[in-house]
Amino acid sequence: MNGEFSSLVPFFGFFAILLFVIGLYCVVMSRNFIRVLIGLEILTKGVTLLIIAAGYLTGKVALAQTLAITLIVLEVVVVAVAAGIVIAVYRRNNSLDVTQLRKLKG
Amino acid sequence: MTINLIIMLFMVAAALWAVLARTLLKGSIALAIASAALALLIFRMNGPLAAVFELSVCAGLITVIFISTISLVQPFTPQEVAARYAARFKRFWPLLVLLAVVTVICLKCWTFPACGQALPESADVMALTRDLLWKARQMDLFGQVVMLLAGVFGVVILFKEENPS
Repeated sequence: MNGEFSSLVPFFGFFAILLFVIGLYCVVMSRNFIRVLIGLEILTKGVTLLIIAAGYLTGKVALAQTLAITLIVLEVVVVAVAAGIVIAVYRRNNSLDVTQLRKLKG
Repeated sequence: MTINLIIMLFMVAAALWAVLARTLLKGSIALAIASAALALLIFRMNGPLAAVFELSVCAGLITVIFISTISLVQPFTPQEVAARYAARFKRFWPLLVLLAVVTVICLKCWTFPACGQALPESADVMALTRDLLWKARQMDLFGQVVMLLAGVFGVVILFKEENPS
């Protein structure tokens, strides 16, 4: 790792950490199913930012782009399936409160 | 680099708004704005292909999915939203404190450069990305196709009408 790279890492890493903290807090503290998904999305944005920044700083933007595209595709699949689960849960329980989902409790 | 800093600040603000927004619809719109800011940032970091994906899929398609889901479930009336907002804000104000703590820790531990240059790129990014995506990382593409199929089947099964008998 050269000096220039290591000095620029905090610049992008700081904002990625902020996004990660916001997303994680939202996932943990939210009671609404849809807001949990929003938190998950924010978490993923932090990871995407880190991947692209790492590619930019090391001069390997192409590799970072391919990884980011893969991540985006996985993200949309996860959100689509999770949205389907949200609707199915709402039809069954008439509520989106995650604390009321006790049917799967072991 | 200063513009990158402004865009990143804007993105974090939009993400915070998405979490703290009073209604889910406003939260979804804030998330789309954060995605658009990230797309702009990726474009500025010489990643036009990933930027287009981020803008069209994350800021577009995912927002449409969220808004469709919200309109299908119609979770709360405006009166319920107002009643729940105070209780929700009590749960979420520590996030602002947590972000301040993280910022102070990062400022103490790291030195932030005023400006800087990234390493030079090796060659044409678009051609390299094309070669990497279609030749070197074919297993990634295979995994994406499998995930897309799994997602399609998952949604089909979730929306399958139950047999009344």
